[in-house]
Amino acid sequence: MFENLFVGIADGLRSLLGGLPLEINEAIVMLVKLVAILVFILVNALWLVYMERKVAGYMQARIGPNRVGPKGLLQTSADIGKLICKEIIIHKDTDKVVFMLAPVLVFVPTLMVFAVIPFGKNMAAIDMNIGLLYLLAIASLSTVIFWMAGWASNNKYSLLGSMRSVAQMVSYELPMVLAILGVIMITGSLKMSDIIAAQEHTWFIFTQPIAFLIFFIASVSECNRAPFDLIEAESELVNGFNTEYSGMAFAMFYLAEYANMLVCCAMVTILFLGGWLAPFGLDFIPSWLWFFIKMYVVMFVIMQLRWTYPRIRVDQLMGFGWKVLVPLSLANIFVTGIGMYIYRAIGW
Amino acid sequence: MIENATALVEELGKKFDYIEVNEQSSVIVPADKLLEFMQALKDDYGMDFLTNETAADYPSENKFEVVYNISSIEKGFTIMVKTSVDRDNPELPSVFPIWGGANWQEREVYDLMGIIFTGHPYLKRILLDYDYEGHPLRKDFQWKGGRE
Amino acid sequence: MIRTQEYNLNFGPQHPSTHGVFRLLLTLDGERVVKAEPICGYLHRGIEKLAESRTYTQIIPYTDRMDYLAAMLQNWGYVMAVEKLMGVEVPEKAEYMRVISGELSRLASHLIAIGTYSLDIGAFTGFLLAFRERETTMDLLEELTGSRMTLSFARIGGVAADAPEGWLDKVDKFMDKLPDCIDEYDGLITGNEIFQARTRDVGVLKPETAINYSISGPTLRGSGVDYDLRKAKPYGIYDRFDFEVPLGKNGDCFDRFDCRMREMRQIIRIVKQAIEQIKEIDGPVIAKVPKVLKPPKGDAYEEIETSKGIIGYYVVSDGSTKPYRVHVRRPSFINLGYLDEMLRGYLVADVVAILGSIDIMLGEVDC
Repeated sequence: MFENLFVGIADGLRSLLGGLPLEINEAIVMLVKLVAILVFILVNALWLVYMERKVAGYMQARIGPNRVGPKGLLQTSADIGKLICKEIIIHKDTDKVVFMLAPVLVFVPTLMVFAVIPFGKNMAAIDMNIGLLYLLAIASLSTVIFWMAGWASNNKYSLLGSMRSVAQMVSYELPMVLAILGVIMITGSLKMSDIIAAQEHTWFIFTQPIAFLIFFIASVSECNRAPFDLIEAESELVNGFNTEYSGMAFAMFYLAEYANMLVCCAMVTILFLGGWLAPFGLDFIPSWLWFFIKMYVVMFVIMQLRWTYPRIRVDQLMGFGWKVLVPLSLANIFVTGIGMYIYRAIGW
Repeated sequence: MIENATALVEELGKKFDYIEVNEQSSVIVPADKLLEFMQALKDDYGMDFLTNETAADYPSENKFEVVYNISSIEKGFTIMVKTSVDRDNPELPSVFPIWGGANWQEREVYDLMGIIFTGHPYLKRILLDYDYEGHPLRKDFQWKGGRE
Repeated sequence: MIRTQEYNLNFGPQHPSTHGVFRLLLTLDGERVVKAEPICGYLHRGIEKLAESRTYTQIIPYTDRMDYLAAMLQNWGYVMAVEKLMGVEVPEKAEYMRVISGELSRLASHLIAIGTYSLDIGAFTGFLLAFRERETTMDLLEELTGSRMTLSFARIGGVAADAPEGWLDKVDKFMDKLPDCIDEYDGLITGNEIFQARTRDVGVLKPETAINYSISGPTLRGSGVDYDLRKAKPYGIYDRFDFEVPLGKNGDCFDRFDCRMREMRQIIRIVKQAIEQIKEIDGPVIAKVPKVLKPPKGDAYEEIETSKGIIGYYVVSDGSTKPYRVHVRRPSFINLGYLDEMLRGYLVADVVAILGSIDIMLGEVDC
């Protein structure tokens, strides 16, 4: 009954607007979908900040936020409310246009990426046939925005942070894409729904464990989470690229970090954990709920990583990326190729 | 083998005729012989650790007394070496070439007491502002506030 | 070869990893340090000058304000110097109280040191877990002295008060619990792969250099130099306790950190022995000293081992109620003297690691 909840809403909307010409009808439905995604991301980012603080609290032998609202649930809303009221300080040496543009644009790549993510059965806003390529292309754009923020701040700490961000992107995007290549080789498609459908029997985490590990590490690095949070590195660079930002401009970066995490977790879920497919035939739970459950499990692991590990140094980060992950992902492609050849030769 | 401070001070008193040994087992060295004496102390007696270096101002005797506490890591005892500097011309050779530990301590003494250590590589104010006037630990330093 | 331009980076005075208002003027080539100039004095309060217009007893609270994380050890050094000047004999029980409260202070300071160090490296959880045990230590010290950080517990001739009823048992119980907590830190921080990668072979301090530059405390012992005043020339009653001095091998950041870690286990040993021995001692906790202290003319220098290194007090008396001159040999201050050379050639991230491993306390650096 809940399985088709969102699909049903969309169909209902479509038939409600049945009187209108088909193009306008589709455009309105698409608009509603995108607004729904926008709201979903923002609500999720808020909730994730809260979750992060709670997880951190319990890991650190304390409670975490528990005053605003029941169990402190409204804490982040209150924080955002406070940040909205605060002045955005723009000091006189900034490149003002770029400086203000960066926090405005920071959500754009994330939002664009969400358009192709299937949240459940038939629940992708657009099921593009080059979905994965699109996703990878857009997701790495956020580096440009970090660079904009760091450069425009005219602050040496910010500059260092944003330069690290570019270096990190260059060296981790590569193993990430190469790791996905193993998955694409098996499915033979870049379409999200095809990739998920290919995991009907076995998730790719079991057939491509090394690719999963590489992808997971690289994506943690891509969303600048500890132990790869060199861009922010509050103990060295005093929050790096967003040092000079205050008020809502800062909050945008802060929320964007969680939105990026959401993208990463969604990608891990789609590519390796079978997306919205229900494991063990437990399909009485709706597909979109499965997707969220899997996504949040990945999220929880990423949070635990952050509160356990110290920060890696920049040269170690580069060394790890180029000397370990890239060769390993290349080897993975090679092994996958041989495996597929044998698989076909035997003809299981 | 010298095993404690008293024995060392006794030995030093015999060896160097220019030093003065007082009853609290500390050694008083004239300022012009300071470097030579300190070098010998480090090289011949294994006093390798300059624990403390400071100065006190005695305007009534028109002198600064610079105090060095030097330890031996191996044997674990400390002796006190003192030297006097003329208050009108407070210049003293730096012991930085002998013990690197004098680096910041001499800067501090210079900063607060105004004794110039010749031969120090970077004798600059350390605690106070670079353009601060006067040396506050001198007894004749005029300061506002306080309890009187 | 690419020609690069060097630039200056102001590291502090307002920076989360300088542990206070300390400033490093870094000359960087990319992220590599070419030159570093430490600039201190932002917290200079002129304690040495202030001491000249206070009576001997009134100075004790000022010593708290230097290393406020291990206040008892600061008090202790000062009162020892004055006692030497006056020739006061300290009652045995007072010595034990000093050892117990002093070692608890040292423990609190080391907990902060390892906690903030893990924070410097980027692991937040280690910081808060260390604070959990520090909180218990603070509670114990508060019960004893009435104050959490600025203890002012030592008095010239003894200590302020005897232990309250049942306090020693509480300390004993805490000491029983502590090894498990230290194991937990070892698992979380010391054993961590990334932590070791970040700290091993970083900021290597050779033993000869460390001695030459008068570096003391765990920073010296991390380089493998066996010089702990509690063992080298036992003051007070330290010769009655059986404990070891942990030493490092390579003199890198990891060794300095590990020395503090292992030193905490020795603290447990000392405190447990002290508690066992103090129970058999009866008597006053303060010697009979006159109300108005007028030490004879002369000077005295006494040094003890604090959590940061050797703290020495040089006190000159002119026979009046106020000291003529008080000088403090502050370990944090002198340990910084070699910082410039230590930082050269390392990355910005290592600057934080090296500075944190020296474990400075700005109240003490600037005095």
